[in-house]
Amino acid sequence: MMRAVQAAGLLALLGWASGAGAAMSGAVTRAPTNWTAILMFAGFVGITLWITGAAARRTRTVSDFYTGGGITGFQNGLAMAGDYCSAASFLGITSQIFNDGYDGLIYAIGFLVGWPIVLFLVAEKLRNLGRFTFADVASYRFMQGPVRTFSAVSTLFVVSFYLIAQMVGAGQLIQLLFGLPYLYAIVVVGGLMMVYVLFGGMRATSWVQIIKAVMLLCGATFLVLGVMAHVGFSFEALFAQAVAVKTRLAAESGLSPADAAAKGRAIMGPGGFIKDPISALSFGFALMLGTAGLPHILMRFFTVPDAREARKSILWATVWIGYFYALTFVLGFGAIVMISFNPEYVDAGGALIGGGNMAVMHLAHAIGGNLFLGFISAVAFATILAVVAGLTLSAASAISHDIYASVIRKGNADPAKELRVSRVTTVLLGIAAIILGIVFQKQNVAFMVSLAFALAASGNFPVLVMSLLWSGCTTRGAAWGGAIGLVTAFGLTVLSPVIWVAVFGFGHAIFPYSSPALFSVPAGFVAIWVISLLDRSPRAAIDKAGYAAQRLRSETGLGVHTPAAH
Amino acid sequence: MPPDHDRALEARIAADPRYIALVRDRQHFSWVLTAITVIVYSSFISLIAFDKPLMARPIAGGTTSIAVVAGVAMLIGTVAICAIYVRRANGSYDARLAELLASARS
Repeated sequence: MMRAVQAAGLLALLGWASGAGAAMSGAVTRAPTNWTAILMFAGFVGITLWITGAAARRTRTVSDFYTGGGITGFQNGLAMAGDYCSAASFLGITSQIFNDGYDGLIYAIGFLVGWPIVLFLVAEKLRNLGRFTFADVASYRFMQGPVRTFSAVSTLFVVSFYLIAQMVGAGQLIQLLFGLPYLYAIVVVGGLMMVYVLFGGMRATSWVQIIKAVMLLCGATFLVLGVMAHVGFSFEALFAQAVAVKTRLAAESGLSPADAAAKGRAIMGPGGFIKDPISALSFGFALMLGTAGLPHILMRFFTVPDAREARKSILWATVWIGYFYALTFVLGFGAIVMISFNPEYVDAGGALIGGGNMAVMHLAHAIGGNLFLGFISAVAFATILAVVAGLTLSAASAISHDIYASVIRKGNADPAKELRVSRVTTVLLGIAAIILGIVFQKQNVAFMVSLAFALAASGNFPVLVMSLLWSGCTTRGAAWGGAIGLVTAFGLTVLSPVIWVAVFGFGHAIFPYSSPALFSVPAGFVAIWVISLLDRSPRAAIDKAGYAAQRLRSETGLGVHTPAAH
Repeated sequence: MPPDHDRALEARIAADPRYIALVRDRQHFSWVLTAITVIVYSSFISLIAFDKPLMARPIAGGTTSIAVVAGVAMLIGTVAICAIYVRRANGSYDARLAELLASARS
């Protein structure tokens, strides 16, 4: 099957390459409904549904559903990159750089630095101890009920906020790119992700993410080559021209030559993104430590056979994600140079036509015409699908594996029933995602991704680290301490400017910083530590006594569960 | 419990000085790299928060600024530190582990 998939991927790329060539001389008017984009996206959907069909025939056991029967570290690294690089970062970071210059790179670096932490602290132990979900590891030596319940609840919270942000983003994006109504877009995204996960499980999800990662990296690379060709393949020239463009824009707005020059130069250094150091560090810590607590990312480690491949997965994921963010940086500056004075892309006031996130889309049109714009639009849509499919699978696993099979059935669930529960959950989640997408259509959802990271950093991350590395951690400490971290992160976010002022409309935020992580992550760790120390229950003795055996297995991989290969 | 649960084997490994040394070395290495990651990233953010004009200063009389070089170095350094860990963990640490497991099983 793998060869067929590679062939299909190659076909898609060839189709794209010839299309881009033809489009260089293409028409410039943009239809209200973008048929090129819709057809290209239909091609992507066709390929992925065909893969899902092939995967469905091989998804018979719960292990197939949760792990997809095993892939290599390289494939998993690409899938992780596909899971992690959201449309929000592709469109958002490039547009941020288009507007303010350098600041977008600070954001991008924050998303990358979490990966070494995952690698150094959790990856190999996670792979050695777990089977399907990170809760397998967090609850390894503890009483299953409390720790699994905490993990599942935490997973649902993290996934929900991440998912709402993706669904609302998808609806708005598709409205802009494809000229389709918001509701259609939400239903298409929700429906497709349901089909992928329902029938193809992890196998289909992995391949959707791999294909999307390849499309995204190839598309962005092509755009970067277009930008660099425009400036004679010199970064210095790219930056100099971008500064000249911003200086001219500032001069045209009526500034004195000296002020205009200063404003132009400002894009080369950090601007308003980082205001106070506490907010900056706090936000940075949420991104850095949150990655190591994201359930849909952690779940991907169980698709590879051993710790060795798990480490390779991260190295490849880091390579592709780092490369992707380097590309977005060039694309943002390329957009400044290539689209700033074109009335087709930017209105008289200097704002992007079609909404604030459209910089890279206009750049795609400027470089490769309508067909390439269609391709990049299809990539953006595919990106959203790949991300939401991973989220849905992880939430469905939390319900079926952690809650149903482990807590309700106490580990004695009939596998066929567990599989059925995970599929029913997938359908319910798909419907819930569509409803949430509609409910939150008009709301400000920008804070939800960073909230998801803060929750993961304050709940899941401390529980995982303490259960893996501290022999004194007990059931009570992990379950309640994790919950305290989670609630602290959530409470502080509600009291912070993004919700207290922007959503509730109060005049003054009680918690003045933009991210809670700097306080809520230590709260989680300290709570686990103190509650475990005070825990004198008989269970606490069993928990502590179980550490030696857990440690040995986590270090050596003895008794590791490999994804079933058929 | 997983099927191949072998208490005697596990006890043999746990008591093996080579196992104890391996776990100590690997743990030490991963904590050192974690500390480097956290310190370098926090310094990068703090530098931006406390001294923006320094970061905006151009290098070598051109347009490219210190901030751009530092940012790109952060991206490359992040990949590099992962590569350093994976190289050693999949290389010498895994070789020591394989040798240890082989002799414990014989």
